[in-house]
Amino acid sequence: MNAIIELFSYDFFQKAFLAAVFASISCGIIGSYIVSRRIVFISGGITHASFGGIGLAFLAGFNPLLGAVLFAVLAALGIQFFTKVAEIREDSSIAIWWSLGMALGIIFIYLTPGYTPNLMSYLFGNILTVTISELWWMFILNTVIIAFFVLFFSKILFMAFDEEFARAAGLPVALFNYMIITLIALTVVLNIRVVGIILILSLLTIPQATANLYTNNFKKLLILSSGFAFIGTISGLFISYFLNIPSGAAIIFTLVTIFALLRFFQFLRK
Amino acid sequence: MKPLIKIENLTVGYDRIPVLENVNLEIFEKDFIGVIGPNGGGKTTLLKAILGLLKPTRGKITFREDIDNRKKPIGYLPQVRHIDKKFPITVYDVVRSGLLMERRNNLPAAALKTKIEQLLSETGILNIRNKAIGELSGGQMQRVFLCRALISNPKILILDEPDTFVDNRFEGELYSRLSRLNNDIAIILVSHDLGTISSYVKTIACVNGDLHYHRSHIITQEQLDGYNCPIQIISHGDIPHTILKHHH
Repeated sequence: MNAIIELFSYDFFQKAFLAAVFASISCGIIGSYIVSRRIVFISGGITHASFGGIGLAFLAGFNPLLGAVLFAVLAALGIQFFTKVAEIREDSSIAIWWSLGMALGIIFIYLTPGYTPNLMSYLFGNILTVTISELWWMFILNTVIIAFFVLFFSKILFMAFDEEFARAAGLPVALFNYMIITLIALTVVLNIRVVGIILILSLLTIPQATANLYTNNFKKLLILSSGFAFIGTISGLFISYFLNIPSGAAIIFTLVTIFALLRFFQFLRK
Repeated sequence: MKPLIKIENLTVGYDRIPVLENVNLEIFEKDFIGVIGPNGGGKTTLLKAILGLLKPTRGKITFREDIDNRKKPIGYLPQVRHIDKKFPITVYDVVRSGLLMERRNNLPAAALKTKIEQLLSETGILNIRNKAIGELSGGQMQRVFLCRALISNPKILILDEPDTFVDNRFEGELYSRLSRLNNDIAIILVSHDLGTISSYVKTIACVNGDLHYHRSHIITQEQLDGYNCPIQIISHGDIPHTILKHHH
């Protein structure tokens, strides 16, 4: 117990703790939407495409997260464009942007002169190296997401459930979809430092699957998912510190373990 | 009497390929129109055009002046097969979403709750109001979507195959309910079940690439032959019906 209290006196750990809180709320809410709408694969495409932006930022020498946002939004719009306008099948469009982004990232990084020290932390995440400015951005994103979902909760729910009905009722469905896909892109990018590009899908889906064991109510799903994400991230953070293993992997392993145990208990009770 | 909805020379389809061409139809108060026709003939396309979900390539759809076009007084029950049954939403919330149709609804929260619960109770599904839709039977699901269509007190009710996945008891209930509702509102009903349709509706629209309107609910072989309207016939023993032989 003393070891844990001592940990909280370290500056890096305080920052990691805050990052875990912010990541849990944003991924809990946005992930619930993604899972309910069955757009996990689109989110995967956006996430991986952002690697291209990180590579470009390394090459051109600007903030990697800015590059990631750029490519994430570009991929989100690109997938929509490929599917709707160019009439390419949706899953193929996603795969094209997914792999194109990764490929560009690799090319840009290969062209970058010298050593790229943080590359691994973008791919696999390192919550212990989150900076103050990243925390501020995460704080702002969380505020925007919470405000958006509180203000438009019913409309978001109804549109996600039956888009056609919402359109018939005259809701600006296309506009809402663009706003939400932008929030998804931002959530993915700002949480890259926590679990990394390759593992971020886990924070968007596993806590939601766990919460879904207990509720079928969208509002409760948002809250419970954030809760399970928080338990998983914090436990993962401690495991990572005490066993000295990479934080991203430790967090995901904890999330899956919690889900598996609770699912098993549920199975036993039936 | 002016029609509630007037469809003139309507051509509509997907991706520039017309599904329906040159359709004319007027829908009046207290109409009960049965829409029949083969799969892919354009029944759902017609409904979507009326609902504003598909833009006409040619022609137009106009609503009567006293009908506020932005606040569409239309209740809509879509084909349930297009609904994601695993979506985390409760029966109560599905019905509440029907009020989107009534956009400037200023009911206070308590009155809203009473209104929804009263409708659920009339439909016999108040006891399942907190269930997720994934836990419902086919008949319960249709009842929920009927409530969603009715909660906004529409002047026109559009139903797209409300008799799929349901038991006979619900079907009977549904059609007697529609007959009662028809005292106040116009109904457009798409169904595969010609026998049921012809015993409840007042008029029939036969849709197959175009539309032929019959100001009667009796479907005769001659009409169908003349209008090239191949449809599947399901016969029922205990209700009035017309059984037709296969035709092209």
